[in-house]
Amino acid sequence: MATEALLEVTDLVKHFPVKRGILIDREVDQVRAVDGISLSIPRGQTLGLVGESGSGKSTACRTVLQLIKPTSGSVKFDGQEIAGLSRRQMRPLRREMQMIFQDPYASLNPRKRIGQIVGDPLRRQGVAKGSELRRRVSELLDRVGLQAEHYNRFPHEFSGGQRQRIGIARALALQPKLVIADEPVSALDVSIQAQIINLLDDLQDELGLTYLFVAHDIGVVRHISDRIAVMHDGKIVEEGSADQVCERPVDPYTKKLLAAVPIPDPRESRERRAGAAAGG
Amino acid sequence: MSGPLLSVRDLRVGFGTEAGLVQAVDGVSFDLRPGEVLAIVGESGSGKSVTAQTLIGLTRSKNARIEGSVKLGGEELIEASDAAMRQLRGERIAMIFQDPMTSFNPVYRLGNQIVEAIRAHRRDVGKQQARARVVELFEAVGIPNPERRVDDYPHEFSGGMRQRAMIAMALALEPEVLIADEPTTALDVTIQAQILALLEELNRKRNLATILITHDLGVVAEAADRVLVMYAGKVVEEGTLDEIFYDPQHPYTWGLLGSLTRLDKPRPVRLPQISGSPPSLLALPDGCAFRPRCPHEFAKCRELPELTERLTDAPRHCDRCWLGPEEKRAKRQVEGQIGLEAPA
Repeated sequence: MATEALLEVTDLVKHFPVKRGILIDREVDQVRAVDGISLSIPRGQTLGLVGESGSGKSTACRTVLQLIKPTSGSVKFDGQEIAGLSRRQMRPLRREMQMIFQDPYASLNPRKRIGQIVGDPLRRQGVAKGSELRRRVSELLDRVGLQAEHYNRFPHEFSGGQRQRIGIARALALQPKLVIADEPVSALDVSIQAQIINLLDDLQDELGLTYLFVAHDIGVVRHISDRIAVMHDGKIVEEGSADQVCERPVDPYTKKLLAAVPIPDPRESRERRAGAAAGG
Repeated sequence: MSGPLLSVRDLRVGFGTEAGLVQAVDGVSFDLRPGEVLAIVGESGSGKSVTAQTLIGLTRSKNARIEGSVKLGGEELIEASDAAMRQLRGERIAMIFQDPMTSFNPVYRLGNQIVEAIRAHRRDVGKQQARARVVELFEAVGIPNPERRVDDYPHEFSGGMRQRAMIAMALALEPEVLIADEPTTALDVTIQAQILALLEELNRKRNLATILITHDLGVVAEAADRVLVMYAGKVVEEGTLDEIFYDPQHPYTWGLLGSLTRLDKPRPVRLPQISGSPPSLLALPDGCAFRPRCPHEFAKCRELPELTERLTDAPRHCDRCWLGPEEKRAKRQVEGQIGLEAPA
């Protein structure tokens, strides 16, 4: 199974220096944002990474993608070591790993038309141009549930859910193997969240994508993930199958996190609160 | 049971824009009793926040058209003067907001900001006395080391602590009504649980009437007594917490309940989803506003249904849907769970 993994992260560390001083920078401390994490995602599967703000999950994503240089550790993508590669060496690999961001308002250039935004990765990587580019963009828009006539519109003409679809189309343009989604639904309305999650599910089935899905909402993560890793203070405190982590958590922090998730069922919620009050 | 403390009747709020009149709130009515927690649920653009802001006069402006009646203990607030509203805000109705970072002035110490609020209303309270009161309030909302922390600046507080400080400020003048607009949306789940527990405790200990505005039905299940579900400016369903969760009548409510991810249930292959997106308030369909997204639409839906009691055994459980109770019961169950669309 180990050879099947598309992404293999071993002892990944990212420490940020805390500096003081005006003329001479002295390093006085370190922020251990990612403190030795190991992950493995088999092809076509989804690993959910959960944690609260400040747990280091976003830094972990960016370090895996080499958007931030890791302090130490290894990141193997498709069998190739990518930790420490230069920007130029990374460039051909970028096609294969794409990212979907949290904020559909901030992650799309407001001055560009949708066609340009979605087509940009294809043009920059020299994959397609002219009418071929246009055809592929229309196909992508169609695939994520937008219409071809949206091609010439600007981001502000779209709702949050539609913008997230645009972000997904852009991420898929280069037919990546790995998609890292950092809180892709947390800025969306509840009814739209389900649409986007179902879309991501369908795309995975159709295209055989591998996902690293990062979110603070454990319910959402459990729904979409095969395995879940719980991150706390830069470390992974628990990792297991989605149902196992949610139903039989072992680590005290995971238990605390799960206990805090509101149960959308008044009777069960009352019982739990009564139980908590009785148990102190 | 005592009479309502706050009584809202046919509240309508419209804003004039270049593109036309946007009817953000279109005929909202409800009663709030002392000690009761009323949740207003809806998505962005449903009018839930505008409703809450209008109650304390925050939507008053040249281009706003506000109609209807808001009575607090018999006193009409819609026509009250700006001066009277200023007096009343904080004193009788207080509000806390989603983002506690932007709700405090970053360049003043937290304690001083609350002291200022107290002394603006109570001229006879001295600075030292007001400060002592703030320490007491910080203690009551669970801020550790209150004597020291009153002198901190907002940025020295974490998100959860800032939300506690805002609750302390809201309670400073012992209001009768607390409006909490998405009070936990910006917080981590473990902090959210603490803030919800704090709100519940205050509600119980002080008999505080609370309006909780949220899009999160999990939060509603933990905290509310009654629930209003809003869609496109109108209330589409109103009932007790249990009525809304166990006998929901409106297809939009089914969709909201169905699209929840549950940790305590086996996961479905697909999440039931509401297709499409909320309508623009400038181009509402005629009849039921949810019609274009509703899989159960039929000819009658082109007429707007009244918000009224449609069940014989549940007084005050109202909804706006033409389907009969039996049809609803049959249609809302999709493979064992409440939802709009059968999993494909």
